[in-house]
Amino acid sequence: MSLLSVKNLTVSIHDTPILKNLSFDMQPSQVFGVVGESGSGKSMTALAMMGLLPGGAEIGGTAMLGGSVDLLNTPEAVMCGIRGNDIGMIFQEPMTALNPVQTIGQQVAETLVIHGQASKSEALKIAREKLNRVGLPADRFPLDRYPHELSGGQRQRVVIALAIALRPKLLIADEPTTALDVTTQAQILDLLRSLVAEEDMALMLITHDLAVVSGIADHVAVMQHGEIVEAGRTDDIFRNMQHPYTKQLLKASGHVPDRTPQTEDIPILEVKNAVRHYVLARTGLFARPPPFRAVSDVSFTLNRGENLGLVGESGCGKSTLTRAILGLEPLQSGEIRLFGEPVSPAMPNALRAGVQVVFQDPYGSFNPRWRVERLVAEPFHLMQTPPTDSQARVDEALESVGMQSSDKRKYIHEFSGGQRQRIAIARALILRPELIVLDEAVSALDVSIRAQILDLLAELSDKLNLSYLFISHDLSVVRAITDRVLVMKSGEIVESGPTNDVFENPQHAYTRELIAATPRLPEGVGGAALT
Amino acid sequence: MKWPRTLVFGAALFAIFLFAALISFLWTPYDVEVLNIPAKLKTPNAEFWFGSDHFGRDIFSMIMVGARTSIAVAIVAVGIGIGLGVPLGLWAAANHGSWLDEVIMRGNDLVFAFPSLVIAILITAVFGPSALNAIIAIGIFNIPVFARISRGGALSIWTLDYILSARVAGKNALRISVEHILPNIANLLIVQGTIQFSLGILAEAALSYVGLGAQPPTPSWGRMLADSQTMISFAPHLALFPGFAIVLTVLGLNLMGDGLRDILDPKIRRSRQ
Repeated sequence: MSLLSVKNLTVSIHDTPILKNLSFDMQPSQVFGVVGESGSGKSMTALAMMGLLPGGAEIGGTAMLGGSVDLLNTPEAVMCGIRGNDIGMIFQEPMTALNPVQTIGQQVAETLVIHGQASKSEALKIAREKLNRVGLPADRFPLDRYPHELSGGQRQRVVIALAIALRPKLLIADEPTTALDVTTQAQILDLLRSLVAEEDMALMLITHDLAVVSGIADHVAVMQHGEIVEAGRTDDIFRNMQHPYTKQLLKASGHVPDRTPQTEDIPILEVKNAVRHYVLARTGLFARPPPFRAVSDVSFTLNRGENLGLVGESGCGKSTLTRAILGLEPLQSGEIRLFGEPVSPAMPNALRAGVQVVFQDPYGSFNPRWRVERLVAEPFHLMQTPPTDSQARVDEALESVGMQSSDKRKYIHEFSGGQRQRIAIARALILRPELIVLDEAVSALDVSIRAQILDLLAELSDKLNLSYLFISHDLSVVRAITDRVLVMKSGEIVESGPTNDVFENPQHAYTRELIAATPRLPEGVGGAALT
Repeated sequence: MKWPRTLVFGAALFAIFLFAALISFLWTPYDVEVLNIPAKLKTPNAEFWFGSDHFGRDIFSMIMVGARTSIAVAIVAVGIGIGLGVPLGLWAAANHGSWLDEVIMRGNDLVFAFPSLVIAILITAVFGPSALNAIIAIGIFNIPVFARISRGGALSIWTLDYILSARVAGKNALRISVEHILPNIANLLIVQGTIQFSLGILAEAALSYVGLGAQPPTPSWGRMLADSQTMISFAPHLALFPGFAIVLTVLGLNLMGDGLRDILDPKIRRSRQ
């Protein structure tokens, strides 16, 4: 018998249909993957199971848990007992999922006490067991640790301990690894997999990443526009997908844009022995604050027309290095030269105009109170006098990224994430720089949008003979678009070389670890994968 | 968009007094500077709508002109607060973590630490009682309020990517503060401005009440209250009308501030959905 049996789940909010006739079953000890892009309704499905839909939602259908309880038609008071007890939930953002003023032991124990499963002292004992279970041993992670003392991956482990504290039958994980680095992601996925097998739970894993699902799920449902377009056993789906949307999703996941690299042997960016350290907070009143070397002794060269990748996990010094290259922060020692001229916060505007940047967050990259024409034209500030044909150049930049010139009268909130990223690229192009720094420029985008933006970047690079410094934590993207790659760890570059060589034959242990941890689609599927 | 009820009601209340103040420039039922002893201490009637005081002046006209005084003082006081406080706050935020930030913010703390009305009394005592000195005294205490709020708002915006983009476009801190930060903290300033406006009106009334605000013959709600004190047993209307005027204006402004916060503050707006 199924653990959870959902029939004709339909949700609309204020008469807008959100979910349409979803039906699926979940079995104990199995992982059910829900894949879809943003807005497909995958998170809403999870919230509907938990009875946590926002106000104004109308629900139809049934969701029988254990054959007896209909989760969709249970009063809130009863649902409070079911949540945590029968259903555990893991959210995306480990940084905000824990209460910063409570110790991790208290938080795990609290669930047990609230549900009347244990007295306070027993609860703490169980909390200890659960934390051991999720890989936080007592000697290094005593119960009285606070969340801020833990890394993102460790916090996510605490969140998982919380979710499994009452041995729920059903575990819902909404993008549990999206905010984590690849190596951490691999560990958390391993943990979830072993929990499902050993504790006899059913896991609903919601993700945008097909590769993650292919590695862990027994069954998969692909969602689009609030509907399940294709569902079945993971092997079957990946071997023989039927629906065009699934095929399109898979194709976009492993998309490699067509490029004709035209690298000339002229260095345009030279970084020599760059060092940048920060002063950390004081540990005591009279203690000297310890220095933190964010970038230590980094050297590399970027040639004209080259696409150079810089790969590393969070905290490796990528962002610090980016800021130094853009001349926003000074170096403590070493030097950066752009077109042979030294880069520093005091560098002349004419030099600044040679390098532009596209950031990760399509929502935070624009002043919400400016029209697109003003946003795109902002870099003209670097010129002595703004060009007389500035409007024509704004049009040209917008058209070159596939937008309409009529879009320039609009405000930024009228555009989707992918469109915003196009506008960000238009802003970077307007001065016709030779070098564009792409700081995680496609990381926040859905796979199909990401494929389009990668195509656009490749096309612009060929047409305008641009060089890119492509900074990302995502190895598959870096592999798709760069000629050469640098691998960065703890402020140092541990490996560099032509992209294919590095990926085929990694020399440094860390590079091998990164490549091994990256989730990959099954071999030979759709012909795309990571080749 | 649906306007919050508090905003509509508050704005309507305040609009009545603003309208009265504006009309008073052109017309009042009686001249407030002309004494008419024979018509003294009239209770409200068809001739004197709100009655008349011990010099026979029309209370309704005095409330109208008093509104003018109160609003003028509050406008200028809030203006001083915004005009000096916002640039200080933006300056501190642009140099976050430096000694300049410390100096500005600790200076703010210093001003905050003084009881504002006592200092206002001190200033008017030293420089002589007048509406102008009252304005300056009230204005000074608005500076740290706006400095702190604009620094807080600016700090959160300085971390956003579009500020980095502007820096890549070679813009300096001043230009970024004016072009990017200021328009995006305007909502905070508008809400706080409304609240400070109502506090300004209260402060003006308090200073006038102790005789340190606008000087006779300029009518002021605070002084009307003070004048009526000795006659409250036989002419309560003298205290009632200026009292109501103060209460209703301040209430209106506070409701308006609350309502504006509801529609302008993105954090609250999201949580209310």
